[in-house]
Amino acid sequence: MSDTLHIEVTINGRRRGLDVAVHHTLLDVLRDDIDLTGAKECCVVGECGACTVIVDGRPMNSCLMLAVEVDGAEVMTVEGLASDGNLSRLQTAFLDHGAAQCGFCIPGQLMSAHALLEGNANPSVEEVHEALAGNLCRCAGYPQITAAVLASAPGVER
Amino acid sequence: MQAFAYARPQTVEEAIALLEEHGDQAELLAGGTDLIIELRNAWKRPKVVIDLKRIEELRPAIREEDGKLVITATTVMADIVADERVRRHFPALVEAADVVGSVQIRNRATLAGNICNGSPAADTAPPLLVYAAEVVVAGPAGRRRVPIDEFIVGPGKVALGSAELVTAIELPLPVQPVAAAFTRLTRRRGTDLASITLCCGVDATGTARLAYGSVGPRALLIVDDSGVLADPGATDEEKAPILERMLAAASPSPTSMRAGPEYRLAMLPVLGARALRTAIKRLAETK
Repeated sequence: MSDTLHIEVTINGRRRGLDVAVHHTLLDVLRDDIDLTGAKECCVVGECGACTVIVDGRPMNSCLMLAVEVDGAEVMTVEGLASDGNLSRLQTAFLDHGAAQCGFCIPGQLMSAHALLEGNANPSVEEVHEALAGNLCRCAGYPQITAAVLASAPGVER
Repeated sequence: MQAFAYARPQTVEEAIALLEEHGDQAELLAGGTDLIIELRNAWKRPKVVIDLKRIEELRPAIREEDGKLVITATTVMADIVADERVRRHFPALVEAADVVGSVQIRNRATLAGNICNGSPAADTAPPLLVYAAEVVVAGPAGRRRVPIDEFIVGPGKVALGSAELVTAIELPLPVQPVAAAFTRLTRRRGTDLASITLCCGVDATGTARLAYGSVGPRALLIVDDSGVLADPGATDEEKAPILERMLAAASPSPTSMRAGPEYRLAMLPVLGARALRTAIKRLAETK
């Protein structure tokens, strides 16, 4: 038996009322309660970034926060990037640059990169490295990931 | 994860009442970057988790008040790094807050939590010691201010009494030019716990303040009034023995997996001299 709490949260633009177990993490609720399985569970200590989602505009590790903490917040997961079945410019750049290899870390990489580009239209290589330092890629696809983020920056002409 | 009850007090008084009711069966939640791991691994088994983030008074904020910069208990590292006043007056704190974990961690981890967690490797402890920060503590007996040097006790231990919590950390705004720099030693660039954390501050009167952590049970503050360390004209040879004396209290663990004690002791004076040089340069620029 566990306590539950009703929360109101906007996820990928859709307002939802959810009854969540108070000891469940945001990652638990995303994956198990509402079938948004893009964010991945991996290290569960905040080092790998596979669970990264954007909360009120800031990338965070969803494995390190309780779902009840996002009551009233806006959450964006990787499922929120594409619109009307079309991949975002960032996602397309990942494909074009071969940035996704095994793919497991990619939802987290995309979330961190998306948050960076929302606040910085023309990041330097160093800024991309710093923004993505909390996202580990076991395939070591870092050069391709960095290239994809740089190529999709809004300040870069298509 | 293990089950627990969740409380969301609206005021500091409500939080204190919950702490009084549940005693050591309660855990406080701010950023959660340490607590959630401890809960998942059942290193802590509280009956109730008390979330401080809905308390109006503790909402993320940095404000100027009575010659001090007041940083509330739920203010996260990213906010500290971005704050213009912190950047201007306390750059060494910005340097420390900016290397805590990753972007994701800095968007969640709080300054108060970094100190209350009591890690000997807490990055923000050395700059808070150098800047003579005070911790504002609230409890059943009311409010009190504790100098950071007295608040930090040892591994996992801070000077919080029964049913007490931290509401803010205050930094006295400097009345005369003062400059400090933070540096640290890690195994790799990027997200890593430090093998040495070190902050050095100098002021216009010639006082040098040196604080270092991750080389003993707690971060230490040593003050030098000789004037030699802070003197831009003094040679490295003149400064070395003073630095060495100030660093003599280091007692790195022989069993740490991050770095052996010999390596840490060899690197301490290197980092000390480096931070001192940066601090002196910064002081010259503020004049």
